[in-house]
Amino acid sequence: MAEFKDISPNAPAADKALNWIDNRFPLSKMFKEHMSEYYAPKNFNFLYFFGALSLLVLVIQILTGIFLVMHYKPDASQAFASVEYIMRDVPWGWLIRYMHSTGASAFFVVVYMHMFRGLIYGSYRKPRELVWLFGCAIFLALMGEAFMGYLLPWGQMSYWGAQVIVNLFSAIPFIGPDLALLIRGDYVVGDATLNRFFSFHVIAVPLVLLGLVVAHIIALHEVGSNNPDGVEIKANKDASGKPLDGIPFHPYYSVHDLMGVIGFLLVFCAIIFFAPEFGGYFLEYNNFIPADPLKTPLHIAPVWYFTPYYSMLRAITSEMMYALIVCVLAAAYLGATRAKISSFFKAVVVGGAVLLVVVMLAIDAKFWGVVVMGGAVVILFFLPWLDNCAVKSIRYRPDWHVYLYAIFVINFFVLGYLGIQPPSSIGERVSQLGTLFYFGFFLLMPWWSRMGDTKPVPDRVNFTAH
Amino acid sequence: MSDTTVDTDKRTWLIASGCAGAVGGAAVAVPFISAFSPSERAKAAGAAVEVDISAIKPGEKLTVEWRGKPVWIIRRTPEQLEALKKVESQLADPESKRNPAELTPEYARNQARSIKPEFFVGVGICSHLGCSPSDKFQMGPQASLPDDWQGGFLCPCHGSTFDMAGRVFKNKPAPDNLEVPPHMYISDTRLLIGEDTKA
Repeated sequence: MAEFKDISPNAPAADKALNWIDNRFPLSKMFKEHMSEYYAPKNFNFLYFFGALSLLVLVIQILTGIFLVMHYKPDASQAFASVEYIMRDVPWGWLIRYMHSTGASAFFVVVYMHMFRGLIYGSYRKPRELVWLFGCAIFLALMGEAFMGYLLPWGQMSYWGAQVIVNLFSAIPFIGPDLALLIRGDYVVGDATLNRFFSFHVIAVPLVLLGLVVAHIIALHEVGSNNPDGVEIKANKDASGKPLDGIPFHPYYSVHDLMGVIGFLLVFCAIIFFAPEFGGYFLEYNNFIPADPLKTPLHIAPVWYFTPYYSMLRAITSEMMYALIVCVLAAAYLGATRAKISSFFKAVVVGGAVLLVVVMLAIDAKFWGVVVMGGAVVILFFLPWLDNCAVKSIRYRPDWHVYLYAIFVINFFVLGYLGIQPPSSIGERVSQLGTLFYFGFFLLMPWWSRMGDTKPVPDRVNFTAH
Repeated sequence: MSDTTVDTDKRTWLIASGCAGAVGGAAVAVPFISAFSPSERAKAAGAAVEVDISAIKPGEKLTVEWRGKPVWIIRRTPEQLEALKKVESQLADPESKRNPAELTPEYARNQARSIKPEFFVGVGICSHLGCSPSDKFQMGPQASLPDDWQGGFLCPCHGSTFDMAGRVFKNKPAPDNLEVPPHMYISDTRLLIGEDTKA
């Protein structure tokens, strides 16, 4: 509890007002803690724009969303027409709607960049595990938010996309069909589904998202930001206790981030005004046809940001299951022969593997496709405990680590591309290899991240004044 | 605090009332979760649909909506019925043995999967991920289909194929045959979909 502070009666009115507030609410204290006395490393590069940018996009989405809800009707018989009404009759409605639809794709662009930044500089490592976990939870919530929002225009892609994804849940043994019924609220995707997705999209998930964003930032400000060198700036402080390599977030980074905001808005506005559908990637052409429960469009693909995961889902065929069973058995064999654990645990490993193989054979490949797709996101949560490299940043890792990360990124793009394409036999093989690589990258990380010679990490960050 | 003794009696009551409160709190979840399940109106919309089938010519398909799903009524030609025998060896489950309780009512567990061989009644929803397959009644070679195609359905989403009785071909993503809904003939020309004599 702070002491009540008196201020000179001759002080300017603004100071008096601030003092009045500070005696009742920690305004100045919070500003100092999170802005003017929050010390961030001075060697941030452009990849550090994307955290602030995702916050900006969140604000854009909430603001435009509020206005869209004023005109949108969450009713299966009126939804499609109300979106067209927003586009044609509501003053500036087209702009608000395009900001929202482009914002959805922009959100994933900046979040993927933000996650990539964290991945290569080891920003998830001790003591920033919770920052990473909150971030992964945000990513998960964002995927739910985007999926449910996509149903609302009630076009053919909205409808059949939701139909396919909700049906994925029915692949879960025993509870699946009832769970899918509970999600839809009807025997098929219908008015009930549209209404509940609307409710989740405009209130439930955004509330969770906002809470997680606050938790993400509080956790970050508790431990301090990482940087491209992966050096802890708190290790070197000056006489007054300020990190030598840190600069106050405000005004240095608040102004610096404004530049990122301007660059982002240039691209964002160019897309809104000149290519809001972005060649069918941001708004799919089939979604300009009203939903028809009796007729499926000839080609169904999710929006681009889901396609890497969709590829992995499609990669799990009954043939692929045999490859996965071989992987499980190989892992069990290595565990039983190589691992330095007691024979009891070895027996547990072998027993567990045999049980898993039996279950893998017993349940349809369709279900394992769902498991793989979900697992591809869930595995990110474990990253802080998978990485055993002696250094954090990619800059001081062995050179071949850099190539491995490059292949990981290329693989992610290839999977994303294949997820947009109609199924083909070559695409299926490539996406199966890609899926194995994706999971191999993470699951084998405890071993490969230890291999190779790391480069010496400097005591202070690399920075040349400019 | 540390030098005062714990009033165990009071603590017991605190724990007991805490548990009672937790049970009550958990019970509140029941109405909320129940609210996710289909409403009475949605259930009522699942009522049976009566269809006049007298106007369907051989080789034609009529689509009606039942529980929001497309239900196909196909009047098969003798050639199409003949083809059902030819494709038998290429099917995953020719005798409809998988999940019969949900997919194939007793009266449809035959080669034609129907009460009257001529009329096939099936839900036009692929058993893979719920897309609606498209008609490929034309026999012979054509795009995305084998050269010895005998007529049937192709799912546009992931390429599953079905024969004229909605039976799925082997090595396709769809695990099951198309669902045959409960149905019965009220008269020679009137079909009731959604109800059978058992119900």
